[in-house]
Amino acid sequence: MGQITLSKVTKRFGDVEVIPPLDLRIEDGEFVVFVGPSGCGKSTLLRLIAGLEDVSDGQISIDGKDATSVPPAKRGLAMVFQSYALYPHMTVRKNIAFPLRMAGLSAAEQEKKVMAAAEVLNLTSFLDRRPGQLSGGQRQRVAIGRAIVREPEAFLFDEPLSNLDAALRVNMRLEISELHASLKTTMIYVTHDQVEAMTMADKIVVLNAGRVEQVGSPLHLYQNPQNTFVAGFIGSPKMNLLTGPEATKHSATTIGVRPEHIATSTTEGLWKGTVGVSEHLGSDTFFRVNNTGLGETIMVRAGGEVAIRHGETIYLTPDPTKIHRFDDKGQRL
Amino acid sequence: MSTQASRSAARVMLSPAVISLLIWMIVPLVLTLWFSFQRYNLLYPDRAGFVGFYNYTTFVASPDFIQAIINTLLLVAGVLLITVIGGILLALLIDQPIWGQGYVRILVIAPFFIMPPVAALVWKNMFMNPTNGLFAEAFKALGLTPFDFLGDAPLISIIIIVAWQWLPFATLILLTALQSLSSEEIEAAEMDGAPAHKRFWFIILPHLSRAITVVILIQTIFLLGVLVEILVTTNGGPGTASTTLTFLVYKQSILNSDVGKAAAGGVVAVILANIVAVFLMRAIGKNLDA
Repeated sequence: MGQITLSKVTKRFGDVEVIPPLDLRIEDGEFVVFVGPSGCGKSTLLRLIAGLEDVSDGQISIDGKDATSVPPAKRGLAMVFQSYALYPHMTVRKNIAFPLRMAGLSAAEQEKKVMAAAEVLNLTSFLDRRPGQLSGGQRQRVAIGRAIVREPEAFLFDEPLSNLDAALRVNMRLEISELHASLKTTMIYVTHDQVEAMTMADKIVVLNAGRVEQVGSPLHLYQNPQNTFVAGFIGSPKMNLLTGPEATKHSATTIGVRPEHIATSTTEGLWKGTVGVSEHLGSDTFFRVNNTGLGETIMVRAGGEVAIRHGETIYLTPDPTKIHRFDDKGQRL
Repeated sequence: MSTQASRSAARVMLSPAVISLLIWMIVPLVLTLWFSFQRYNLLYPDRAGFVGFYNYTTFVASPDFIQAIINTLLLVAGVLLITVIGGILLALLIDQPIWGQGYVRILVIAPFFIMPPVAALVWKNMFMNPTNGLFAEAFKALGLTPFDFLGDAPLISIIIIVAWQWLPFATLILLTALQSLSSEEIEAAEMDGAPAHKRFWFIILPHLSRAITVVILIQTIFLLGVLVEILVTTNGGPGTASTTLTFLVYKQSILNSDVGKAAAGGVVAVILANIVAVFLMRAIGKNLDA
């Protein structure tokens, strides 16, 4: 079981309120991703759940039991840190066995569990090495191994992939997702990378300045962003957000159109502009359209093989059914 | 430094420094060795000449010698024990976020700036003096008979004085090592269920091992040569109770004006220092490997 409920959780550092009262419910077995720009309080929130920071106000309960003042070790949670936080003077075997050793397990039991974890994570041939002799991905796996041997109620990941190179990040993303599928344990994952959030999460929690902007499944957030912040944050490249007369036409303060919901033409369309920088990715082409008279550069996604060159005139037509409308407070209409 | 030319140029440019350092070291050593085989007493300048190992045999056979060796090792070991343990505790203490942290740190480092003879005299006259010292006053206030530190426990008193001087050095080095420990590592251990004392034993102490090694090696070098503190407090006494090898050499050369025997003593001291160095490197040198 790993059901976590936050009610009215608040965190203040001195006079600064980093997390205003916040309610959140995480169901057992869910993969929840906290995502937001840096400094939005997502790591602080994770540390509050872990017990590494004291809650200023409110209550955290784990499996229905109040855990607000329970020390971190007794909460039954395991954490994987951004820097991996491996113990450099211990071998991989001892690193993974450390929580078991602290729990007072016998040497034979420790060995059994370490071997089982190493098996899952492909670490068996590295057990006698030190962390310093491992690559980034291997260290990451050792950190995960140290977390899974404890058989925790929930795993907490604090930006675990941000120190890895792009290719490795994609791999580890899959491995963590697979781990979640096989363990079926609750996982809370903090990241600033919305691609990680979209690909891994059952439920995304979008945070901004300590507030929860929206909670929901990745596709729900993508299709129904609750406000302009979520609209602009989820999705890559970003949604085009337009204000002014074009928005007034739709009786809104701001309208949003995703790059893939804009049709292009060289002859006719609603908006006219000139093609700026374009990015050819093979499968897709992203190009910026300038001088549309809309006040913003419009990002458009087209197929992989379009013959549109820099400086050419282009006509754009947004799909009228896919336009998101927001009021003057940035809330969805 | 990849080409043949740049390598030989480097050697040429390094040579003045290397040669001057070599001369700096070799000349005094050879002179000392030379004197140690000579009869060379400033009081009897006419009775000079080669005497073979006579200086060595008399120096080593003198009744003070064994006592001096034991005292030297006790002094080094005692000061190391106090400074390393005390240094770790102080470093842990001043690493905590406390009010006025900056001032506390400066105060902790202060003893290091006081010249050894001044420090020793302050301790001798203001703290340990059995009639006027603060310790005596404290004893009297508690209704006890004042303890004559330098008279009744001379070596321990000197160990305390020297340890007081070196404690800041150990604290400083250990504090910087402590600050380089990532907080995530400690937090990980906390999450892994290690209580404070186990975090210290399994995470912090291993992290400090290299710094502790540096403290022990550097301090040993300097502690083997401690002289001034003994000179201004006990003068090696009472009897030979606080005479170290260094002080014995000093006594031979300055008080007895016997340069030959003092040189022999110096050579013996160098050999002792090397034995200690080999022993230390065997015991803790592996901590210095990355």
